[in-house]
Amino acid sequence: MSDRPGKSFSVALLGKGGSGVVTAGDMLLTAAARCGLYGLMIRAVGPQIRGGESAALVRLSPAPVECLDDRFDVLLGIDWNHAERMVADFAIDANSIVVTDPAEDAVPQSITASGATERQLEMKALADSVSGGRANMVALGYVAGLAGISREALEHAIAKKLGPKRQESIDASVAAAMLGFSRTQSSEAPQAANGASGKRWMISGNQATGLGALRGGVRFAAAYPITPATEILEWLAPRLLDAGGTLTQAEDELASINMAIGASFGGVPSLTATSGPGLSLMIEGLGLAVCAEIPVVVVDVMRVGPSTGIPTKPEQSDLNAAVYGLHGDAPHIVVAPNSVTDCVYTTQWAVHLAEATQAPVIVLSDQFIGQAIVVADPVAEISFFAKRKLAENIDEAFERYAITADGISPMPIPGTAGGQYTADGLEHSSKAKPSGSSGDHCTQLDKRARKIADFDYGQHWADIEGEGELAILTWGSTTGVVREALHRLSSDVSRKVKLIALRLLLPVRQEEMAAALDGVNRLMVIEQNHTGQLYRLLRAWYELPENVDTLHRPGPGVFRPGEIATKINEWCLE
Amino acid sequence: MSAVAPCKLKASDYKSDTKPVWCPGCGDYHVLASLAKSIAALALAPEQIAVVSGIGCSSRIPAYLNCYGFHGVHGRALPLATGLKVARPDLTVICAGGDGDGFSIGGNHLLHACRRNVDITYIVMDNEIYGMTKGQPSPTTAPDWDSSLAPGGTGVSPFHPLVIALASGANFVARSFSGDVNGTAKMLAEAISHPGFSFVQILSPCVTFRPDQREWKNMVHPPPVPFTTDASQAARRVMTDDGFNIGVLYKGSRAKYAQAVAHDDAFEGDFQNEFLV
Repeated sequence: MSDRPGKSFSVALLGKGGSGVVTAGDMLLTAAARCGLYGLMIRAVGPQIRGGESAALVRLSPAPVECLDDRFDVLLGIDWNHAERMVADFAIDANSIVVTDPAEDAVPQSITASGATERQLEMKALADSVSGGRANMVALGYVAGLAGISREALEHAIAKKLGPKRQESIDASVAAAMLGFSRTQSSEAPQAANGASGKRWMISGNQATGLGALRGGVRFAAAYPITPATEILEWLAPRLLDAGGTLTQAEDELASINMAIGASFGGVPSLTATSGPGLSLMIEGLGLAVCAEIPVVVVDVMRVGPSTGIPTKPEQSDLNAAVYGLHGDAPHIVVAPNSVTDCVYTTQWAVHLAEATQAPVIVLSDQFIGQAIVVADPVAEISFFAKRKLAENIDEAFERYAITADGISPMPIPGTAGGQYTADGLEHSSKAKPSGSSGDHCTQLDKRARKIADFDYGQHWADIEGEGELAILTWGSTTGVVREALHRLSSDVSRKVKLIALRLLLPVRQEEMAAALDGVNRLMVIEQNHTGQLYRLLRAWYELPENVDTLHRPGPGVFRPGEIATKINEWCLE
Repeated sequence: MSAVAPCKLKASDYKSDTKPVWCPGCGDYHVLASLAKSIAALALAPEQIAVVSGIGCSSRIPAYLNCYGFHGVHGRALPLATGLKVARPDLTVICAGGDGDGFSIGGNHLLHACRRNVDITYIVMDNEIYGMTKGQPSPTTAPDWDSSLAPGGTGVSPFHPLVIALASGANFVARSFSGDVNGTAKMLAEAISHPGFSFVQILSPCVTFRPDQREWKNMVHPPPVPFTTDASQAARRVMTDDGFNIGVLYKGSRAKYAQAVAHDDAFEGDFQNEFLV
């Protein structure tokens, strides 16, 4: 864990909607990547589509980062119109710098109370001195200067973002940015050192999910827009066409899950993406995919629930719905990516699992990793590729739902002569005929359970790091925060702690877990929800050490590494 | 093994050996016979056809045919069929079900399937009742029809499926009567052959819970005029008729849903370059 961020630089850019702070944050991240740094950006927005508050929270570091820091080094407000509503997002202290434009209202008292040093930057006036200049570019130049980013990298980032056909706009933006840049002295640059060189990717979790789906072989997606999952579908729409596939917009989530199942019945690996309310609507369809044995992947980018909840903020609270939501005994698979870049891997794996087991797979991403944009090392190709066991040479004795040792029955794809069968949500015999007999029900239940339980999930079921008699068990976006928290602990504490980040939440892996927990005498379960949903799942299904603690709290605020480090430290010293 | 040459099978070759669950005298037997005749007439290979349905008596129809079938969940036959046809444009996709499945729980999908105009044929066997649950009013039931669930009647105006289909953009709209097996077979063959979304309402009596529907055979009659290509004219006709006019009402020429090109398993495109900074 030596490559974890020791010194990073965090800046919050704030302004009313349309002020361009997200564009500036995006450029800052691009410029940092150009300098060999790593980074992460969160867009914090209010519910208003336009005109509300908007913020870009950017963290830059010489080593990969997977979460926000505890505090911000710099809070820059292009204006403070809606700052009060977002103040909880800006953890600043006496060592922070608050940058304000004297032409705007004064910095709100709730912010000055932190004791942060206030600096004046005439963003609007400087921008007005350049034809076509905008205050957000002045702000960008200023924070880039503070972050120790080079002029060349800044110019590159602006040109890249604005595109080749907008030279006038690029010139104006660069000029404005340089006015801001020149107002900082490089000696002040607080934290970020020059990082290692090398190729970097700049990618959001939702894009990474789309990429994983494409790499996994998905060629049909059904789409119904929902925050915060829509970007997966928007990213996929043109690229699926390029890949010879297609995306269809559905009228609702009831339709999108059924479209995906229909396409997959036709032999085309299929996916849909949604968030909690959509998952609820898709549950009946998922049960159909279980019973009819049709592969399908549903990505749930979790947001604060229940109901409409807080649509733009993360929570790990759909676990119960994903695991237990289906009626009947309905074996299926639930996986969760544990970082932005892991969305590529986990989604690709999910497609592989769905295709191989002819069952639905739910991918539990969340708003944080879905919408965070990171600068990271490129994600290597892995060899999973959708592979369905097909029935091709069919004779008289063929049975669609044949009882096989591994529970997986060869599946004929429409067009295959002699393989005609009716896929059915009714219980059926091995010959795919509707059946109400207890014999057929039990053999099919056993078969469907066996194919999921006995599948070889290899080492991918969890990421396990470190050794020790204490273990932290976590999942999803909380993993990155826990990793950083462990890194911050003194080595005599951290060497006693093992991290187990579950990627496979269902089916349970009792043997693998027993091996992972061998020698562990205390366990802490960390997750972001109100009731400890993973903790309760573990309690129900696994042999756990006698001493199990739990740290769980709901969204909308994400865990910060300091909060978890403090908790783990106390726990280790108990 | 995909079908290229016309398939020379008899209608009976398209039926499976599974015995229908339908009551004696049910109109759906005739619809099954008509559907088998229509696909035999079109010389389609059974493995190139998929029949997709939801839940209800009539939705049992896929299992009674020797084609690929999908008996899905209640109300979602159209999305299932849509996904299949969009992903596999080479298949002939036929969607089938009842009035409760298609007009009530699945009503929203009907609107959007008509709009989307994917090249599928949707057959609704309309008996103005929920039969499988033993006789509750459906969206096409008359408001004064007495039942346990709605004593004295629902008091609610019936849904007018053909008008809705026309208004929503269906490309082929027709009404038939199950008892007219040959006429229905001919109409279904025409619907399947017509590009885009084809909607066929088949009056199919439920003799068990609606014995009064035995009279339908005496009430249906051919349309006074042939089909039109003018949707507004078709809507006026169907809104002013007695509900027993059978025949093709409307044939449109709207472009069908743009379909995917054949998918390529060997795709190794390089989408990750866009992420390089």
